[in-house]
Amino acid sequence: MATTTALPAALRAPFAPGGASAIDAQLAQRLLGLALEAGGDYADVYFEFRVSADYALEDEQIKTLGRGITLGLGVRVTRGDATGYAYCEDLAWEKMAHAARTAGQIAAGGGHKPVDVSPHTTVALPSFYAVPTPSLVVPAPDKLALLRAADKAARAFDPRIVKVQASFAESIKEVLLFTSDGRQAHDIQPMIRFGVSAVAEEAGKRQSGSGGGGGRYGMDYFAQAKTDAIAHGREAARVAIAMLDARDAPAGDLPVVLGPGDSGILLHEAVGHGLEADFNRKETSNYTGQLGKQVASTLCTVIDDGTLQSSRGAINVDDEGYAGQENVLIKDGILVAYMHDRMSAKHFGVAPSGNGRRESFRAMPMPRMTNTQLMGGKDDPDEIIKSVKRGIYAKRFSGGQVNISNGDFVFSLSESYLIEDGKLTAPLKGVNLIGNGPDILRKVDMLGNDFLLSDGIWTCGKDGQSVPVNVATPTVRISSITVGGTQV
Amino acid sequence: MSSGSGVEVTDATVRELCDIAQLAVQLAKAAGADAAEVLVRDGSELTAKVRLGQPELVQEAGSRALGLRVIRGGRRAVTYTSDLRREAIAALCAESVTLADFAEADELALPPDPKLLATSIPELDLYDPRVAEVDAAWALKQAIAGEAAARKADARVTNSEGATWSRVLGATAFATSGGFVGGYRGSYASLVVEPLCDDATDPANPKKRNGYWWTASRFLAELDLAEAVGLEATRRTVATIGSRKVDTQECAIVFDPEVARSIVGTIFSVANGSSFWRKSSYLVGREGDLVASPLVTIVDDPLIMRGPGSRPFDGDGLPTRKNPVIEAGVLCPVLCDVYSGRKLGRASTGSAGRGVGGNPSPTTSNLVMSAGNMTRDALIKSTKRGLYVTSLMGFGFNAVTGDFSRGAQGFWIENGELTFPVSEVTIAANFDEILKRIDAVADDIEMRSSTVAPTFRVSHMMLAGNSPAKA
Repeated sequence: MATTTALPAALRAPFAPGGASAIDAQLAQRLLGLALEAGGDYADVYFEFRVSADYALEDEQIKTLGRGITLGLGVRVTRGDATGYAYCEDLAWEKMAHAARTAGQIAAGGGHKPVDVSPHTTVALPSFYAVPTPSLVVPAPDKLALLRAADKAARAFDPRIVKVQASFAESIKEVLLFTSDGRQAHDIQPMIRFGVSAVAEEAGKRQSGSGGGGGRYGMDYFAQAKTDAIAHGREAARVAIAMLDARDAPAGDLPVVLGPGDSGILLHEAVGHGLEADFNRKETSNYTGQLGKQVASTLCTVIDDGTLQSSRGAINVDDEGYAGQENVLIKDGILVAYMHDRMSAKHFGVAPSGNGRRESFRAMPMPRMTNTQLMGGKDDPDEIIKSVKRGIYAKRFSGGQVNISNGDFVFSLSESYLIEDGKLTAPLKGVNLIGNGPDILRKVDMLGNDFLLSDGIWTCGKDGQSVPVNVATPTVRISSITVGGTQV
Repeated sequence: MSSGSGVEVTDATVRELCDIAQLAVQLAKAAGADAAEVLVRDGSELTAKVRLGQPELVQEAGSRALGLRVIRGGRRAVTYTSDLRREAIAALCAESVTLADFAEADELALPPDPKLLATSIPELDLYDPRVAEVDAAWALKQAIAGEAAARKADARVTNSEGATWSRVLGATAFATSGGFVGGYRGSYASLVVEPLCDDATDPANPKKRNGYWWTASRFLAELDLAEAVGLEATRRTVATIGSRKVDTQECAIVFDPEVARSIVGTIFSVANGSSFWRKSSYLVGREGDLVASPLVTIVDDPLIMRGPGSRPFDGDGLPTRKNPVIEAGVLCPVLCDVYSGRKLGRASTGSAGRGVGGNPSPTTSNLVMSAGNMTRDALIKSTKRGLYVTSLMGFGFNAVTGDFSRGAQGFWIENGELTFPVSEVTIAANFDEILKRIDAVADDIEMRSSTVAPTFRVSHMMLAGNSPAKA
């Protein structure tokens, strides 16, 4: 298990050893037995305890402090490709037993003999986010001071900054999982997220900008100058001020240079989702049947890696009890693997890849990304910009979306510049880029040597479930992509 | 349908939640709060999903949560828990009061004047006991019927993302130290069918095409037949086979009701008290001005009987009422909760929404754009050249500037006829111009969701697709 130490009792899960409703393997086995009574072929029980807190500053005042606690058990039973799922928020035996039987109903009426529950062995876990002192145990005034520092830094950046909001959110999630095939895992997952937004105003024009970051850190995250509260405050102000001069973006096909780091959101949308194996198991992805084929330019190697130290997408263990791992998805342009959960791995006859994730005990796991990266190349980033006569330089993004079936994706630029004769010139108003995943990845024709992991800000949504992820890329040149501006 | 699935929400459930809410208010006061507001929710869900005729997922569960806001000396804290035992609530109250002391005093963050609180709770007929009677087997049958109809309807449907029948049942209770207490129950059921087909129009780049159709209501008897939902899903899906990009150009844009309602939702995001006092809207300072075409009228009406977004009282405990948002193109006074109203120096419009773990803020109930006086067919017939948009992608809207740029999919209109399907293009313009350029509104309004709009047309927007954008 993870080595987060010195958690006060209020932050420890009641189901952990020594807790008020401690769950041991024997009790879990009884629950799994009930879950499989009606004839299921696999079951798991997932206990989760989450304590979160948030702090918000607005109008130079600490406005609201919040705190929340959730506790629950999710029970999953499968029979073939069918899943039964139930949960409860009370760890009284009869409530847990009811959830187990409800989930087990998926297998009812089939005349199947229940499988036996295997004896449990604890999955040995690495530790990618051992936080000696979780931020939740640090007194509130320390965190409020960060908000004030960010606010002050943003306002000091430029007198045209008229509005600043800053927020800090922190949580600790403790999970305990038992599966009917004998896996047992226990993990403690810290997370922090710091955010600043600023509005600039000049001569009737208004623009906004944002900054922020975080990950599976304690307060040590703020000890580095690059990611301290002041840096985030200044960044929000910088974007808002830069955008005051923004002009209308062009419309139509243009070369696009993606800046390092955050641009990974394009990768996440353009290929990441399509390589989640549930879509390929069901043959609903445009990457179905493409294993071993060239799906991207030979410059592209794409890796999803759950093992990046302290990164927002890091996981010691996924939510099905498989250790987080590094998975090469595309190697030199060739599709070599999908991201799997237990069900899809079984379907494809491969080992689970540690991508079975869920938002909470209220939802079943499915294949999800962790930290998705386009690996660095050889080109000098300045040379990449210089190589473009007329195009777009994309620096910051507000989000993206993909249609898995046909591969069309969009992503929204919140800070971008026109490239004219190899130089960044005018900032451009917010604009969308649209493309087709496989098509765009084939058009990657230069890759920078400046590979960068984004500061942890991204949350990925799929089927109504949100999970924290991260992305990374070097500077990337795409020979042509459709830019959704207004000027021809 | 079998009887007694054991999840029905009764008046007694609502009363029990009201009692818990009132108890929590007392405990918070005892812990030292000047004022306390408590929201308690009890809900259950059933989701039955099938794919290729076989059950894929049955999910069934209930859940309870309590959200507490305490105010002490103008300092606020917001907390929540799923543990509703008396001792757990008492502990939460004590912790919340301690937490509030770290906040800074905000003299506007006081509870509403007790005189303004709702004193009676109108009955809006939001709960159908028949929805509670549905069991997993019946729900699966509906989903199977919907998917089967979709797959049978057209040989080009070669795969399926499945069909899902789901329902939620719930009770909400709210109590405040100002003396408000009230609760209500609700139900909502829906079926969505998602067929998939192969598109080999371009053999070098074969694609799959997905689509969907759905039905939803608070009342079981008001749902469309599963077979009809399946047929419509297939009609919409196969129509997208052969989708292609078109050239970059300025042209008319017609929004199908499915996307028109998202545009109407975007209007509200820049026309509410919260975005106004934060100055995070391009519409700030323009109440009373013409901000849209005179063809545009939008109201927010929380009191529609059986309405998907109806609510008998708001998140501050105030009575709800029908409020105009835009009247014949003129921006009405924006919708406010108590706090944003105070920030703007005016009264609440009874529009507070509140979740379990947050402060109230203005939200919509049933947001309805009024129907025009022409049919959808006539509207398309009168369009010479443009894009009929059936789906939008992405988040390309800047509330502060109004810049709007989103991915779009739909059908090309040529001389008043839908000709071929279009994808992989974007549409863009400033939102201010989009609203003013609405030059035709159809009469096809259907109250299936809490935000609804008819088909309407924007005279011109920039469509980005193949080429230009050279020099």
